[in-house]
Amino acid sequence: MALKTDLVTLNIGPHHPSTHGVFRMRVTLDGEMVREVEPMFGYLHRGLEKLAEGRTYTQIIPFTDRLDYVSSMQGNWGYCLAVETLAGIEVPERAEYIRMIVSELQRMINHMLAVGFFITDLGAMQTPFLLMFREREKLVDLYEMLCGQRFLYNYMRIGGVSHDLPPEFFPAVTKFMDEFPSYFQEFEDLLIGNEIIQARAIGTGVISAEQAINYSMSGPCLRAANVDWDLRRDAPYSIYDRFKFDVITGKNGDNWDRYRVRMEEVMQSYGIVQQALEQLQEVPPGPVKAKVPNLLRPPVGEVYVAIEAPKGEMGFYIVSDGSIAPYRWHVRSPDFINLGALRDMAIGSKIADLIATLASIDICLGSVDR
Amino acid sequence: MSLKPVGIGLMQGLFVVFKHATRKRITEQYPEERLTVSRRTRAQELVWDPGLCTGCATCVKACPQGNLKVTTSVGPNNNYIVEKFENDEGRCIFCGLCVEACPYEALFFGRRYERSQYSRGELIADKDEMSGDDKERSAYFRPDLYDDLPEQTLLIYRKHKKII
Ligand code: SF4
Ligand code: SF4
Repeated sequence: MALKTDLVTLNIGPHHPSTHGVFRMRVTLDGEMVREVEPMFGYLHRGLEKLAEGRTYTQIIPFTDRLDYVSSMQGNWGYCLAVETLAGIEVPERAEYIRMIVSELQRMINHMLAVGFFITDLGAMQTPFLLMFREREKLVDLYEMLCGQRFLYNYMRIGGVSHDLPPEFFPAVTKFMDEFPSYFQEFEDLLIGNEIIQARAIGTGVISAEQAINYSMSGPCLRAANVDWDLRRDAPYSIYDRFKFDVITGKNGDNWDRYRVRMEEVMQSYGIVQQALEQLQEVPPGPVKAKVPNLLRPPVGEVYVAIEAPKGEMGFYIVSDGSIAPYRWHVRSPDFINLGALRDMAIGSKIADLIATLASIDICLGSVDR
Repeated sequence: MSLKPVGIGLMQGLFVVFKHATRKRITEQYPEERLTVSRRTRAQELVWDPGLCTGCATCVKACPQGNLKVTTSVGPNNNYIVEKFENDEGRCIFCGLCVEACPYEALFFGRRYERSQYSRGELIADKDEMSGDDKERSAYFRPDLYDDLPEQTLLIYRKHKKII
């Protein structure tokens, strides 16, 4: 008797713990094998781009926190950099260093969480995730000291940052920097030799370099596919040209490479923070915010500025008509574009690997849906 | 990366986990034990000083949410009398732009963070509620208050046994 198989259509999400927010996939399954994936999003759409058109340039900064809320400092930075480029505002050097330190610490947080979620989706119960969370919590405490909140910082301003670093910041961050490598080694010991992770991650969710470029992917996902591209090195913004760091690339573009690229980038960011803290000692205390009128009116024109956010190239496109609010505000969010490649990564794999692949792309629905 | 004999990686992982078994906890039992929030905290209330406020409504214009409501009338010396000063804390995103914008430093962040209520209407803070004497003021954008506030508890200084 011949076995007859039928394709099954399964809705995963929008409320599903492994979809990292309200994300829905319509998956066509043949047994356990994925035949078709249709990502659907928009459940968290708040219309931030439209809302911003009715706000002044300063009032938009809190919205950029809510794009990628896992790394809101980077959202702040990209937006402020775009407005500064448009209006030709010079940022004080001290503010540049502060921005650099907080943003690179943010990249460490983001990558640790991304790996933590990824490992959790591979079926490790919360242990590795909570170890990462503990390190994150230390940094989040420091952010609270800086700007008063732990999650949605609203710390940067057009032309600088809102506050100078408080005096207690330096001893605390030095202590963190001293201890971090040994704690980080602990995650590595826990995870790198684990057979289950290797068996589940190596060779799943593969994307080739060519496909990754065609999908316009960016960030760790692109670098894991062995494309040597990092905006911090290749189109340096702010003061990145003063720091030494390596751009980490993977080989095969599979889940394992994405995981490894993130883990190694954490240590590169750690190096940048260390250099920045050293160089900051030589910067004399001074203003941390340029003189910018409260109701800024940038000249008529348009600008696109992209930064290397933890998830990839986060770009801000602003059209100014010379008034106090932007005429058009658009965000190129990296995870939205990276997510487009999910279909190609997942077709032909098992459904369990689909979940792992989704986690390894590292999406944040706040910036996917905007 | 090559696969090691099955089991070694698992044992290594378990070893790391077991090292945590004997260490002190680093979490707090929340309602009984409390952490001190940052001196610059942007906690869940705004504190308003009726003596300093001139009713200029700069804060209203600075708010991205549009949820501060200020109504004024003309006083005897041609000044403003603030009739109504309201913040809908259910809609406030605690961004701090109003505190930053106030030219007379009459608006502060409070340090209280337990603000849940049974209905949204109760979250609207009016003049009296925003200016109560028991309100602790945060040093967010008010650097002269900074030194008087208690130091923030930081996890990094928590005594927990260092592993490895
Ligand atoms: S904190 Fe922000 S949202 Fe809240 S009232 Fe002030 S400006 Fe408006
Ligand atoms: S900006 Fe300050 S002084 Fe003006 S109305 Fe608001 S609280 Fe009062």
